[in-house]
Amino acid sequence: MAGPILRVENLHKAYGKTEVLRGVSFEVAPGEVVVIIGPSGTGKSTLLRCINQLTPPDQGRVWLEDVEITDKRTDINKVREHIGMVFQDFNLFTHLTAIQNVMLALTKVKRMSPAEARAKAMLEMEKVGLVDKAGLYPAELSGGQKQRAAIARSLAMDPKVMLFDEPTSALDPELIGEVLEVMKTLAGEGMTMLVVSHEMGFAREVSDRIIFLENGAISEDGPPEQFFTNPKHARTREFLGKLTELYGNHGGPRGGRRKK
Amino acid sequence: MNLSEAGTLEFMWGILPELLKGLEVTLQLTVTSLIAGLVLAVPVSMVRTYTKGPLNWLATAYVELFRGTPLLLQLFIVYYGLTETGIVLDRFLSAWLALTLNSAAYQSEYIRGAILAVSEGQLTAARAVGMRTIQAFRWVVFPQALRLALPAWSNEVAYMVKYVSVVFMIAVQELFTRGQGIISKYFRLWPTIIEVALIYIVVVYVITRGMDYVEHRFRIPGLETRTERREA
Ligand SMILES: Nc1ncnc2c1ncn2[C@@H]1O[C@H](COP(=O)(O)OP(=O)(O)OP(=O)(O)O)[C@@H](O)[C@H]1O
Ligand SMILES: [Mg+2]
Repeated sequence: MAGPILRVENLHKAYGKTEVLRGVSFEVAPGEVVVIIGPSGTGKSTLLRCINQLTPPDQGRVWLEDVEITDKRTDINKVREHIGMVFQDFNLFTHLTAIQNVMLALTKVKRMSPAEARAKAMLEMEKVGLVDKAGLYPAELSGGQKQRAAIARSLAMDPKVMLFDEPTSALDPELIGEVLEVMKTLAGEGMTMLVVSHEMGFAREVSDRIIFLENGAISEDGPPEQFFTNPKHARTREFLGKLTELYGNHGGPRGGRRKK
Repeated sequence: MNLSEAGTLEFMWGILPELLKGLEVTLQLTVTSLIAGLVLAVPVSMVRTYTKGPLNWLATAYVELFRGTPLLLQLFIVYYGLTETGIVLDRFLSAWLALTLNSAAYQSEYIRGAILAVSEGQLTAARAVGMRTIQAFRWVVFPQALRLALPAWSNEVAYMVKYVSVVFMIAVQELFTRGQGIISKYFRLWPTIIEVALIYIVVVYVITRGMDYVEHRFRIPGLETRTERREA
């Protein structure tokens, strides 16, 4: 059996006196979709940023396959090419059209010719259903289209794993579905994904595992069935209940109310 | 033709070639000091935005010095002050240097403001796809900053055309100086002043229109711009 794509070992991160991550360890196997949930301010974004070293952790190690990302000698830019990242507020390059957003790293990082890059970018735009919007600037796209363009931008790099940080939280409810749909397709194609999200429908239907992060530590890690029906901690059940009230249950097979 | 005794319109027509020669010098100084100023302003703004320590202090001192003192004083320092220390520049070069240093200080502030206005997430996203910091700056932050700085920069162009007239003090033969020369030669104050003023108005109008066109040409939805002005 192949080893994990991503391995996180004993990550610690503090901002001043505030300990945000207190020893987080987990692995993600090839093709696995792992959803991370947890209360606000619990360190979910920090965890993702520590994985691709946008925020260097204080302690602990991270591997992408057999490359230790946290090793000082590792060329972090090379590694980041292989780790896609999708942000809550899209962060599309404002001065570039949708297709140029996808092309930029292809030409500047992967050193493709413009023609090659354009062809590759168009392919990704097709995947996320944005071919007819390719020439528009981010400001001219809806939130859902922006996020799909951002996903295309990451996909174009042919990442080994994709990190999503609340990709639908900034979207109007009616636009959430189209983004989740793209993510579902990706998951179906075998993309390895680590997704911070409160979309319980998505978690239930698409994920292989759910991690519950609380106060900077993992308090629950298991398959969705176990998570929803038989959580280890009463706290988890309580949180799930709150989530369903707050966010509803988009994209889930069982039109969602709180489970009893 | 004896211009001293010519009719007003005839006089104005007669001095036009001389004034246009002056305008040529004015425009040369404007364009060259703006461009050199921009070339200098980019590194200065980067040092001020991204570094700490002595280099930053130096850049800050430079900008504050040139924004905090009159252009006229700067011109005197460059022309007379440098001569005193043994560095002799010709008049045109002195004028050009003073204008360049002055404009660079202002331009660096426009660019710095614009760099700071580009959101943090832009750099983060660029880093996340594997760009080195310098690439992220070159391809993501800087182009946006330039676009954001364009309105302020347009104003700078129009200001410079007018500011160049201070080099009259060291007798560089630009538009205003030529006008002054004509007045003392023919003693016909009003027609000369009016003609000089009209030339400035036309030139500034054309520049403003031109820059409007450039701004329109480079319009990017979502990068709508704030206008900063050089306090006169
Ligand atoms: N750059 C920073 N400097 C100081 N404190 C920070 C910084 N980034 C995050 N924090 C703090 O770290 C804690 C965890 O933040 P983080 O963004 O990782 O939480 P989160 O789980 O993603 O929350 P949310 O659900 O609101 O997105 C918060 O208390 C936050 O205020
Ligand atoms: Mg977060």
